Amino acid sequence: MTPTLDITLAGIRMKNPVMVASGTFGYGPEYADLVDLDKLGAIVVKGISLEPWGGNKTPRMVEVSGGLINAIGLQNPGVAGFIGKYMPFLRKHDLAVIVNIWGKTLEEYAEVAARFDGVEGIHALEINISCPNVKAGGSSFGTTLESTAKVVAAVRAKTKLPIIPKLAPNVSDIGAFAKVCEDNGADALSLINSFPAMAIDIETRRPILANISGGLSGPAIHPIAVKLVYEAAKAVKIPLIALGGITSAKDAIEFMIAGASAVAVGTANFTEPLTALNVIDGLRDYLARKNMTRVQELVRSIRI
Amino acid sequence: MMRIENGTVVGHDAMGPDYRVLTLKLPEVAPLAKPGQFIHLRLAQLHDAVLRRPFSIYRADGNHLSILYKTVGRGTASMQNLRLNDTASVVGPLGNGFPLDLASSVTPVLIAGGYGVAPLYFLARKMTRRGILFIGGAKAADILLADEFRALGWEVQVATDDGSLGVKGLVTLALDAWLQALVPNAQPEFFACGPNGMLKAVGDRAISGNRKAWLSLDRHMGCGVGACLACVQKVRLSGQETLARVCKDGPIFEARDVIWED
Repeated sequence: MTPTLDITLAGIRMKNPVMVASGTFGYGPEYADLVDLDKLGAIVVKGISLEPWGGNKTPRMVEVSGGLINAIGLQNPGVAGFIGKYMPFLRKHDLAVIVNIWGKTLEEYAEVAARFDGVEGIHALEINISCPNVKAGGSSFGTTLESTAKVVAAVRAKTKLPIIPKLAPNVSDIGAFAKVCEDNGADALSLINSFPAMAIDIETRRPILANISGGLSGPAIHPIAVKLVYEAAKAVKIPLIALGGITSAKDAIEFMIAGASAVAVGTANFTEPLTALNVIDGLRDYLARKNMTRVQELVRSIRI
Repeated sequence: MMRIENGTVVGHDAMGPDYRVLTLKLPEVAPLAKPGQFIHLRLAQLHDAVLRRPFSIYRADGNHLSILYKTVGRGTASMQNLRLNDTASVVGPLGNGFPLDLASSVTPVLIAGGYGVAPLYFLARKMTRRGILFIGGAKAADILLADEFRALGWEVQVATDDGSLGVKGLVTLALDAWLQALVPNAQPEFFACGPNGMLKAVGDRAISGNRKAWLSLDRHMGCGVGACLACVQKVRLSGQETLARVCKDGPIFEARDVIWED
């Protein structure tokens, strides 16, 4: 019997638990020639702010051992630009649409959330409180418990959509951050965002990125992310969406065993655009091999 | 329309001491290729690299597609070891490509910096008319394809930094001399690929002479398909400053649209 992969996560129905991560898949059309979007569980679109935002100067990305460091700086077309330009395309596809949102102030987070509430075709909001590349907003909200609580509560007050805070990895106790999100009305959690990181050109002794530092993603961070997911799963009951360096079904399965209900493929989309589809196939094969009938059996199934 | 396809190596030959031509059998990608577009390559030998490597398309003949490269880093060093029948993953063709529909009165003027000549050769082969190529490089060994252009019926002018071939100096020196001698009603249109400094210099000449210049920009790329926004370039479109994605909205831009910051 073929195992079933469909899940309902925080009220969002998905045909499988495999998503593509914010910032690595654009808004959908970019990869549509290569990847059948209708086969994905969900797309998390690149972070949207109230008004259009230009992002950082170039160079914005550098490859390093086992990954890449990016400092794009959240360039985006703003709420109205995104809805007008990309939602007609996304509505035509059969996948959950999760919009990653961010703001420079608490009020902006709340306002962006309010603008998306009730927009047809949007299934959830992922709250970016952990971007390492924007000084105002981003990680400055996600690295203290107090501001994390405030952002989540402010967004909660403005939307009926499921809300999914995206956690920073560089905190001393991930469980405490997960719990404060749950206590303030989060329906699920995404973890983790990229790690603050830096690369230097030793000939010129200058930072390679114009922003000086950026966020490390890719295979290098996967084992660290597995540990953080495992810790967060012990702290909360709400479902977890795990991301960080997935390149294969094995990486995704590890996350689910550690505690994730769904996974998101990020940097690997650049390397191999078919990664998410390969993860779906590999996940199904694994479940069949393990005589599991539903993907939910895998979640939090770690044996200690 | 772009595709993802595993290409089989059907040719891998040296071009002079420093350059190589890699030819892949790509039945899906090759027939779609237009001059000025590029492919994004992933090598099994470089499996730990998270980013693909972009290469301008040098030739596309039937099912075969070729790139011309110089070993400059880890990716190209690994590429040198590709043997016949090895495979490489290709995403492409990517980017917009050069415009091919020129007014009948226009003379195409191609300006190449080093192996930036590769996409220009593809362009020349697809153009129905002949024009002139200006090619510059550090030394004689960096001047590629001059004979091939002549065989197509193109005039070729060469400049080298050390004077070992053609005029000594920058390629724009040769271009300027040629522009000075132009008949008044001539309508040159520029197509350029090379270092940013050269592109900017060509663009400046086009703008001051009220001519068009199509510049192939090079920026550090991530995804290659317009998703990651790593390779943005400040441009002016319809009077509005905006950020274009070199990989998707380019790599070919008209000189007037480019706002140089470096």
